[in-house]
Amino acid sequence: MVSFVVRRVAAGAVLLFVVSALSYLLLSVPDTDVGRQILGSGAPTETVAAKNRELGLDRPVPVQYADWLAHAVRGDFGTSWFTGENVVRAIATRLPVTVSLMVGVTLVTAVLSLLLGVWAGVRRGAADRLVQVLGVLGYALPGFLVTLVIVVVFAVRLGWFPAIGYIGLTESVPGWLSTITLPVASLSVAAVAGVSQQVRGAVIDVLRQDYVRTLRARGLPPSRILFRHVLRNASAPALTVLGMQFVGLLGGAVIVEQIFGLPGIGAMTVTYTTRGDIPVIMALVMVAVVGVVAVNLAVDLLVGWLNPKARTA
Amino acid sequence: MNARRVARRVLRNPLGLVPAVVLALIVLAVLCAPLLSPQGPAVASLRDSFGGPTGGHPLGFDSAGRDVLARLLHGGRNTLGGALLALAVALVVGVPSGLVAGYRGGRFDAAASWTANLVMALPAMVVLLASRAILGPTVWVLMVVLGVLIAPSFFRLVRGTVAGVRNELYVDAARVSGLRDARIVARHVLVVVRAPVIVQTALVAGIAIGLQAGLEFLGIGSGDTPTWGAMLNEAFANIQRAPAMMVWPGLALGLTSASLVLLAAALRDALEGRGADPVRRRRPATASTASTAPAGDGGDRAGLLSVRDLAVSYLLPDGTVREVVRGVDLDVREGEIVGLVGESGSGKTQTAFSILGILPEGGHVSRGSVTVDGREVVGLPERGHRALRGTVVAYVPQEPMSNLDPSFTIGAQLTEPMRYKLGISRAEARRRALDLLRQVEIADPERVLASYPHQISGGMAQRVLIAGAMSCDPRLLVADEPTTALDVMVQAEVLGLLRRLQRERGLGVLLVTHNLGVVADVCDRVAVMHEGRVVETGTAERVLHDPREPYTRTLLDAVLDQVPARPPLKGRTP
Repeated sequence: MVSFVVRRVAAGAVLLFVVSALSYLLLSVPDTDVGRQILGSGAPTETVAAKNRELGLDRPVPVQYADWLAHAVRGDFGTSWFTGENVVRAIATRLPVTVSLMVGVTLVTAVLSLLLGVWAGVRRGAADRLVQVLGVLGYALPGFLVTLVIVVVFAVRLGWFPAIGYIGLTESVPGWLSTITLPVASLSVAAVAGVSQQVRGAVIDVLRQDYVRTLRARGLPPSRILFRHVLRNASAPALTVLGMQFVGLLGGAVIVEQIFGLPGIGAMTVTYTTRGDIPVIMALVMVAVVGVVAVNLAVDLLVGWLNPKARTA
Repeated sequence: MNARRVARRVLRNPLGLVPAVVLALIVLAVLCAPLLSPQGPAVASLRDSFGGPTGGHPLGFDSAGRDVLARLLHGGRNTLGGALLALAVALVVGVPSGLVAGYRGGRFDAAASWTANLVMALPAMVVLLASRAILGPTVWVLMVVLGVLIAPSFFRLVRGTVAGVRNELYVDAARVSGLRDARIVARHVLVVVRAPVIVQTALVAGIAIGLQAGLEFLGIGSGDTPTWGAMLNEAFANIQRAPAMMVWPGLALGLTSASLVLLAAALRDALEGRGADPVRRRRPATASTASTAPAGDGGDRAGLLSVRDLAVSYLLPDGTVREVVRGVDLDVREGEIVGLVGESGSGKTQTAFSILGILPEGGHVSRGSVTVDGREVVGLPERGHRALRGTVVAYVPQEPMSNLDPSFTIGAQLTEPMRYKLGISRAEARRRALDLLRQVEIADPERVLASYPHQISGGMAQRVLIAGAMSCDPRLLVADEPTTALDVMVQAEVLGLLRRLQRERGLGVLLVTHNLGVVADVCDRVAVMHEGRVVETGTAERVLHDPREPYTRTLLDAVLDQVPARPPLKGRTP
């Protein structure tokens, strides 16, 4: 168990290293004059050269990367080239927004997928077909299109929620709820579509198992078999898919935060990457990869806890 | 399956036909963009901005006074073209590498799989945004990057499929017969990969279009080129003034993506030969309980279990009804082991399931009467039937391993029914479980109780299942081939155990088996089933030594060793 976690964390560290090296290399490939970009086209050549020297851009790329890495492992991601902000602080103020969005989506997805998937898997027939069609549509429609429709209907037409803006959880709970509901709903559509299909499939699969028939033959009531045995056995594959959705959710968060004007790291990604602000982009990529690795590890541990066979292996 | 048949099947399914037609229309319209649009997509006149539909401009104008229809059609070229490029790159990168990795394995496989996992762990949107910063705002280059990012989905699919068939016999045979690898791949492996790749292509195309439009929507494409994403971006910027502007590009995008995914689903169904959903089970026709059919054993109905004229029918997906059991008569008295023999498919197991009320979905008792402990169970509501299970009639399944829930310990599975059915405490249930395990001759009951099913052997698992069946003191045991999955030594032990329990507790046992040796070993009486009917009943000794039916004789002839039958128990009149 401990060695499993250690191995996975080590693999995650290797992944971080490879991704960071690749990203840095790729980001440094284009021969753009960063100093010129920052100072504007009117600045004198000497000032631009001095700016580039100040940023360390006159050195070879591998040296730049080594320097970045040496600072990064100590938690120092430098300052933004364009705004001069401390990168760690800039991300720290925005991360809670994205995390609260993600946690909200994960909770909503888990609950709704479970309900829909079990309903479809147990009832079959019309209920099943309804959930399947909803699943295909939720999966097929591009996330940002769904988001736009939600904005138009619930914010513009009905005016139930603000179309834009964010109120922190610590400032006001109702305010937070009012600003986070539509973004969470937008992101949950595709996630629920994917995960509920998985829950449905897993439930149908488990219901066909011999041991379910044997449990019935022992005289146990269906509800007890469903909630104790079927759900327990169906939850492992569902969790795996939930984890896989996370990578997609990060991409969705970029668009959703942009549309709703949430000050999270998704919206931040758009602003800073289009400018080519390497210190900020690198830190954002690292945060994303750490998030993916952490979620996958958590899912694997949970699946192991649910499935005794995987636990002893 | 050949391509024409698949196509016909897809088009016959409404969920395949509609998306196929919609896609064809969209592609056609987009291809004919210059012919269909009233003016160039970039022609703007501020006078017309936000103008509604007019004669020559059926969809009206956007914020800059450009014709919406023209932008929609030309935008479709860029949007679909971009997605097509991404798809092509993904196919070119993913499929060959998957083929090689799956067919050859080894170091290339390891390296490629690692790379694929790496790429899949990357958040696509972040990478795309970063690449845009690097490579500049050219949509086409970004689409190549997108193609690389989605290539792993093809790689994994192809690699998995190929690795699955690599060791199939026909591939081995081709290799042995001296075919070169390239030929084997072309002749035998590609055929297997083709179908899943086509399905995946439709699916990925939908996703690629969505992602591409999403990028454009964020405004990171090249500004002036019309695309659906860029149109949505523009419409969203004017959402307060003209929210209806989002309708057309939104509709085009939604229809295209949804059609692709629906088409993929229809293709998959067609390729897997799956039709519509199985018909939902209707209420079983009320079976005629008062049966006047001839009494099976030529006498009164037994008190413990009596089956008369039982028929079991299945509703097939195409709506027809198939009778798998047709008129079975059977009796089991207390303290008696009755064998129900027949080849597989003769309806033995279906008969056993009807007694327990656990017929699978689609099956129901269509006729006849089954009394357990004097109570009619045909037509009995589930709740009433459930009350009998465990405490009056219990079940020992065939395959020991698959009949234990892998997620719970043996202890949890043994105690749960006892606590529920008998209402006893956890400690009491545990004490009884230990006692039961000892009775089924398990040497180390404490350890087994704490074990998970995968930690014990098949023979042990079958003992656990027998213990589970005995746990609520039933009087009738229905054992469905309880020894078939076990090896010969364990078989004999389990049969001995059943015999002992039956004698000690005065149980009635219905032993379903195809093994005449088992019948000779333990059964008092035997019923021979053939094609859903009982063709012969009698004492085990009589049936085995002096079969009256030709079918029984055939069954006996199939057994090589003629084993002497067990004499009937004294003082019992069968």
